[in-house]
Amino acid sequence: MCRIGAIKSLDYVHPSRALRLMQSQQKGHDNSGFAMVMQNLGGIFESYKHLPTLSMACTDKGIKIAENILHEIGFRRILQWSPEVNDWPGLDINAMPHYVFETFNYPPQYENARRKEREELLLNTRLKLRAALEEDEEGFVYSFWPDVITLKEIGDPHDIGTYFNLWEADSRFTAKVITAQCRQNTNYDIVRYAAHPFHLQGYTALANGENTFYLKNKEFQQRLHRGYIGFESDSQCFLYTLHYVHRELGWPLNYYKHVVTPLPFEEIEKRDDQKQLLAIRQSLAHLEINGPNTIIGMLPDNTLFTCCDAKKLRPVVIGRDERTVVITSEVCGINEILPERNWEDDIYPNERETIVVTDDLEVQRWKQ
Amino acid sequence: METVKLNDITVNDLPWKIAYDASRCTMCGSCVATCSFRAIKPKVERRRMVFSEGDFPEPQARFSAVPVIHQVNSIRDYCRGCGMCEKVCPNDAIKPVRNPDTRHPIVTRCLGGDSIKRGGRKNLEGSTRTLDTIRVGRISQMTDPSLDAQRHTFDLLAPFGRILPPKKLPYSATLDNSLETKEKTPPVNWIYPVIIGDMSIGALSWRMWEAVAMATAYLNEECGLPVRMCSGEGGVPVRLLKSKYLKYTILQIASGHFGWNRIVNAMPHMVEDPAGVLIKIGQGAKPGDGGLLMAQKVAKHIQAIRGVPKADLLSPPNHQGLYSIEESVQKMFLSFNAAFKFRVPVAIKVAASATSVSVFNNLVRDPYNIVGGFFLDGIDGGTGAAHEVSLDHTGHPIVSKLRDCYLAAVTQGRQGQIPLWAAGGLGKTGDLAADAFKMICLGANGVFTGKLILQMAGCIGNDLGRCNACNTGLCPAGITTQEPQLAHRLDPDKAAQNIVNYFLAMDQEIKKLMAPIGNSSLPVGRADALVATDRAVADRLQIQHVC
Ligand code: SF4
Ligand code: SF4
Repeated sequence: MCRIGAIKSLDYVHPSRALRLMQSQQKGHDNSGFAMVMQNLGGIFESYKHLPTLSMACTDKGIKIAENILHEIGFRRILQWSPEVNDWPGLDINAMPHYVFETFNYPPQYENARRKEREELLLNTRLKLRAALEEDEEGFVYSFWPDVITLKEIGDPHDIGTYFNLWEADSRFTAKVITAQCRQNTNYDIVRYAAHPFHLQGYTALANGENTFYLKNKEFQQRLHRGYIGFESDSQCFLYTLHYVHRELGWPLNYYKHVVTPLPFEEIEKRDDQKQLLAIRQSLAHLEINGPNTIIGMLPDNTLFTCCDAKKLRPVVIGRDERTVVITSEVCGINEILPERNWEDDIYPNERETIVVTDDLEVQRWKQ
Repeated sequence: METVKLNDITVNDLPWKIAYDASRCTMCGSCVATCSFRAIKPKVERRRMVFSEGDFPEPQARFSAVPVIHQVNSIRDYCRGCGMCEKVCPNDAIKPVRNPDTRHPIVTRCLGGDSIKRGGRKNLEGSTRTLDTIRVGRISQMTDPSLDAQRHTFDLLAPFGRILPPKKLPYSATLDNSLETKEKTPPVNWIYPVIIGDMSIGALSWRMWEAVAMATAYLNEECGLPVRMCSGEGGVPVRLLKSKYLKYTILQIASGHFGWNRIVNAMPHMVEDPAGVLIKIGQGAKPGDGGLLMAQKVAKHIQAIRGVPKADLLSPPNHQGLYSIEESVQKMFLSFNAAFKFRVPVAIKVAASATSVSVFNNLVRDPYNIVGGFFLDGIDGGTGAAHEVSLDHTGHPIVSKLRDCYLAAVTQGRQGQIPLWAAGGLGKTGDLAADAFKMICLGANGVFTGKLILQMAGCIGNDLGRCNACNTGLCPAGITTQEPQLAHRLDPDKAAQNIVNYFLAMDQEIKKLMAPIGNSSLPVGRADALVATDRAVADRLQIQHVC
């Protein structure tokens, strides 16, 4: 089983906090990997928020391939940062030779382009990079997006932290939102792309659970959008549905829950918005999920949310103090990093709720 | 004694032989009275009897005239193996026995010079049914728990109506975070995933039709199962058209347009909309053939409902004037949509065929989004009357065809937009829940069934040549006949009760299949939940092969 967690704070947070959040839930996962997405970046990336940052793990050759492609398109690198690694013997990590986080200026012809055009360019570029590096596994491109960094590795999360020197907090590598997950995808093949959180055009999702409508979701999604690829994990479907409902259809976030876990027909009949809800059950029937799940999602505007499957078969808890909100699978994780909080304010959401944390840290409970 | 000539028909040429035990028979006459085919009759035989009357055995022989029951050796009045005689005999003195040496297919053609006609399903049994090589093999355990079929709630509903692609939904976000629309969307009815398939009021006795209508109403009003029945071609009693129960009925129009003048005339008096309109282009049991109602079944009330004289009623093999799919879309669908002011979904029924996917593709790409369902009927479907050669040798099995259509939709990202409904031999083994569930996993939104409904009511016909006399108007069960004496054999209340009970049992059984795969709504297209023990089936349907 996976354990998932997310920290959203008014202050910049170092990944060591995310590691501590997950480490205390160690018994609940299988120590097979660690992955995180950081958004609303601080430290060295703080002054480049508007420019896209590439997160990639690769070989020597991979770097060259990627840089050639980026150069050809016209991206100009303005910042490069690689974590200093502790390549100590005995660490349980299956690392790629290079981890690069590079920030680029847009190609000149896109300097004055509209936001939408730039966003399509970024996605196209990432897909191109991924395809080019896929052969011989020269590299893995996790995200290419402004103000977002992704790191994924196979191994023991504790050792991964040691390897990337993430246990020691500093102010250089921080963010106001960090989502993290411990475990590779052990249901299917162990591949780096299979580790959530997954990121697409500013949307991030991670999940604890199984999606028994995976095949239905996948078969439908792969024709919906060129960015819906991979499907190395059944949890990717949650991200693609989020992206589709919120960005492609332009629907408010509260409809996400209606799409993934629609209300039973007899409840829909009693509602004022039954027309809309039936339309969802009809046209988006293949995006419904089934099976036990807890999903954590993040929107481009830094809104964080969580919701569960319709039978609440997976745990999740939300704890907070004045400056930080934490969403995670088990309360021991929150106890670890917010020991002083008032635990009576902890929220254990029910199966028909979406808990939303706005950018100014207001926690809202939405009833489906 | 008459001379028997070589080519005379004898009982041994017929498909069934009567096994009769004169020593048990009390000559009550029940069997002869009950045989609607007049396949047996009493006669007197000269019999030799050996007896002994003294204290010591002194056998003597005596000849006497004995009344007995005798099988008729006629290719018209032949025994159908219906077993009614056996059922009514108080002494177990008589029963039909299948004759493996029958020459019936040959002698009937030789003597009649006409094609053989009958009802029922395909009677060529050979290999294992495809669906029986498939099992529900992906069982939820451990981290992905099974559900409890008794405790959890399940959404067992399927759409009937055109479903818009998500990007065509006319909804936009409002400032208060809800969705609003000003446009109309095509009508969609959510109904039970098993439709009682189109059997016309001419094919069925009025008592049987009434039983089906009663069962449908009861399932809806008392059991909470929104089951719909399709009228079949041939109209609907005006009383039903004007009643509130019309909402449970899908009206069918086929190439003969029988009964539609009544329906059109009743429109101003309708208090409810019908559940849908089904345009029948083809039928799985006899693809390429139109409907066939023999004159002997065209009784007075059928003449009234259909507005026809007593004559053989043949629907043309195709809708006159429809030369292309586009045209059918425009003409028929639009006119029926408009007739009910765009409130009633209109679907199409075709026989499964090598070309079904092309037809489906044309419909699913139709930019007007008006076709509200694709009903695919496979070769194993039943019929009231057809040429045997069509029944046995034309058509296409349903399983792979349904799968092909679903996968064609998947390739275009249009799955679910025209709901797929499948039929044709489903429930042939008596277990419709399993067949329906597997078809749903393969991509059907729901299934429809006809022959099985008759069997619930008491039809004793089967696919091994038993009875199948639905075309004759002599149905021994009172189901497919218009003869008052025969029709009265059927107790509509009991037949309706059987149908209701079967649906209740099936409903539980479908849940019993949904629970172990951990799904609370219908697993449409979840082929990953299935495994096949046959490699060829697995490859063809793109499911996992297991052994
Ligand atoms: S089995 Fe049926 S058809 Fe045959 S003799 Fe008996 S009642 Fe008549
Ligand atoms: S019992 Fe009636 S409905 Fe059944 S096969 Fe015989 S004639 Fe047809």
